[in-house]
Amino acid sequence: MLKTLSRLFIPKSSGDYARLGVLLALAGLILFGALRYDNFLSQFNILSFLRYNSMFALIALGMAFVIITGGIDLSVGAVAAMSSVVAAYLSPYGWLPGLAGGMAAGLVAGAINGVIVTRLRIQPFIATLAMMLAAYGTALLLANNQSVSVSYDTGFTTIGQDDFLGFPIPAWIAAFVYVLGWVFLERLPTGRHVLAIGDGEATANLMGLKVERTLFAVYALSGLLAGLAGVILASQFGAGQPTEGVGWELFAIASVVVGGTLLTGGSGSVGATLAGALLLAMVFNILNFENGLGWISLSAYWQSVIRGAFLLIVVVLQARLMKKTEAP
Amino acid sequence: MLLSMQDISKAFSGVAALRSASLSIAEGEVMALVGQNGAGKSTLIKILTGAYQRDTGLIRLEGEDVVFATPGQSQARGIATIYQEINLAPQRSVAENIYLSREPKTRFGLLDRRAMRDGAAAVLKTFNLDIDVDLPVAHFSAATRQMIAIARAVTQKARLVIMDEPTSSLDEREVAILFQTIRTLKKNGVAVLFIGHRLDELYEICDRVTIMRDGQTVAESAMADMPKMELVRHMLGKELAAFEAIARDGGSEAKPVRLLADGVGSGVRVRDVSLTVREGEISGLAGLLGSGRTETARILFGVDRLQSGAIRVDGRERDYNEPADAIADGIGLVSEDRKIDGIIPDMSIRENMTLALLPKLKKAGIVDRARQQEIVTHYIKALGVKCASPDQPIKELSGGNQQKVLLARWLCTDPRILIIDEPTRGIDIGAKAEILKLLRRLADEGLSVLMISSELEELLAAADHVTVLSDGRSVAALKRNELSETALLAAMAHQVN
Repeated sequence: MLKTLSRLFIPKSSGDYARLGVLLALAGLILFGALRYDNFLSQFNILSFLRYNSMFALIALGMAFVIITGGIDLSVGAVAAMSSVVAAYLSPYGWLPGLAGGMAAGLVAGAINGVIVTRLRIQPFIATLAMMLAAYGTALLLANNQSVSVSYDTGFTTIGQDDFLGFPIPAWIAAFVYVLGWVFLERLPTGRHVLAIGDGEATANLMGLKVERTLFAVYALSGLLAGLAGVILASQFGAGQPTEGVGWELFAIASVVVGGTLLTGGSGSVGATLAGALLLAMVFNILNFENGLGWISLSAYWQSVIRGAFLLIVVVLQARLMKKTEAP
Repeated sequence: MLLSMQDISKAFSGVAALRSASLSIAEGEVMALVGQNGAGKSTLIKILTGAYQRDTGLIRLEGEDVVFATPGQSQARGIATIYQEINLAPQRSVAENIYLSREPKTRFGLLDRRAMRDGAAAVLKTFNLDIDVDLPVAHFSAATRQMIAIARAVTQKARLVIMDEPTSSLDEREVAILFQTIRTLKKNGVAVLFIGHRLDELYEICDRVTIMRDGQTVAESAMADMPKMELVRHMLGKELAAFEAIARDGGSEAKPVRLLADGVGSGVRVRDVSLTVREGEISGLAGLLGSGRTETARILFGVDRLQSGAIRVDGRERDYNEPADAIADGIGLVSEDRKIDGIIPDMSIRENMTLALLPKLKKAGIVDRARQQEIVTHYIKALGVKCASPDQPIKELSGGNQQKVLLARWLCTDPRILIIDEPTRGIDIGAKAEILKLLRRLADEGLSVLMISSELEELLAAADHVTVLSDGRSVAALKRNELSETALLAAMAHQVN
């Protein structure tokens, strides 16, 4: 019993310290916000925070798996934009066609990424960069360069706008996907193979793991989750947005990195990725409140600078912690 | 017979790596597989494990013909390999590494983590290893990681465990533990294929030995029936054409010592090496693969840090931080593997030749092209580099001419001491003699050459005296008049005569 407890709470590897760090930072920010701003813990703020940021959390999870294998997926923002357009076009036929169509568009884009990376042996950075351009182009072509309104009659907007048991449906979706993601990475053999592949592809191959198949699945999954985020985007804002999603991939990468996942692969955690995504979103939320107080007035540009600085501080602190605990 | 491989041939883009090689191993037998670099050992192993496909030949496992298309398939048939670079996932836990690719599962298809943890601890215990199996593999020493890899093989019910130079990064105590493990495997009827170079170890642990040379199996015998000298002779073989002797008989002893290593060591690979290189002589450095030849050169050139002993250059004690310091002292190193360390294939002869010289060729940061051209033309002529023009990409030249360009790279920096590692590897026989003559001429002009070579004929033909290494130690210093094939073989086999 004691051993199990210590296993849960005492950090062992350097990665554990990074994960502990992001949780402490998140807790610190929430405490700061709660003490400083009156409406910070209001139902309205919490629910809209969750509703809006679920999209980013979903994309960050797909990105986490890709980065754990040592790869990167730059196409997720564009794929989400493309999927939002597809979902919007299909929404008049019912909420399910809209949902399934948007996810399918994402899955196809992700699968193409997977084929290019594993079969054609193109570096993930290049392969997904190409997909990013292609997906933006496709989104603009499909939408004729304007946003595509969704149907409000088929229940499609329920996905993004309504609540279930007091919580926004996007938050339920994200929570459900994260639970699945955690079970996959921590409790299923294939999840452990994802980690082992990130530790060294050649080694994993020699150990008899199915490297190509697993890598393909990881890119396809990232596309699928970007597609799901696109569906939520269209549903939440009532329109498919071909020009949205710019920079989402960077937000996702930042969330994963803040969550202690190494860009070199082989390490990472689902929970810490969620914490990383929430942490970055929380900084944004707090800056909004700070503006609202009226003490200072920060333009969106300054907010971006501050978020960047915050990200840098967290990553530097993590690097220090990890250095201290490096294996002998 | 557990395994028999017969008449295995394999060529890579037309170049034969294996020519009708064979290997057979009985159950519970420890078989040594030895041979020089390029003898075909690793190709043979990779064919056995399914990493490569054979061109021709037969593999029988327990009497049944088999074809392995992937490493996974050979593993499924009970063949496990412990590679030199231990192939474990460093950030994953010990237990996971032992079970990766065949994890125990619960009824719901989830990982049975308790079974993994307990099973891993239990199998490690049979090797007297009591460690926390939840820690990442990277936490442990090379020896422990090796035991983990072996434990992985055991849990996979391996019938044959292939160990590729398993002792290369272990100290003596760790080697003893490894050998204990091998004996345990043997007792359980598991066969071991042991690829190694340290003769004492082979004689200690192996039952039989298979010797390879030039892609062929040249001898197979019980270890006890194979004297060390005989084994080394089989491994090294003989060059077909004898070089004309171009060494001088004595006379250089009176010259001042340029480079002196006194008990030099850098950890496991090099423990205690002493040698001297005098002005205007070619000093040979010999030893079997893994004896620490190249590593010694790396210390002398400042690539690896000196940990024990002393290096003197022109009588002054030196401890280089980096090669730039050695270069400043007039030392040059022509490395063993041209393709990896030496040439930049797509760059021209001119650029490759003057790479090390660029800092000196610069005037206000701009390369002095006229001066560069002058130097390049001079060396192309002086060394007889056969090329269309100095601007031809170096990759279009033959091996011998590439080597000359590399040699010129260092010569134009005007070195006083040149360390040259395997000067004639991969070069045809005519060009070999030419390179050796060139070295001699340079020595006559006052250059001190330390020539590292695994070819007996080359050492006999060109070296004024030879230092022989064995297991990271200099075990013999043979003067010109003591040099003979027998003497070299005896020293390499580490038999004190």
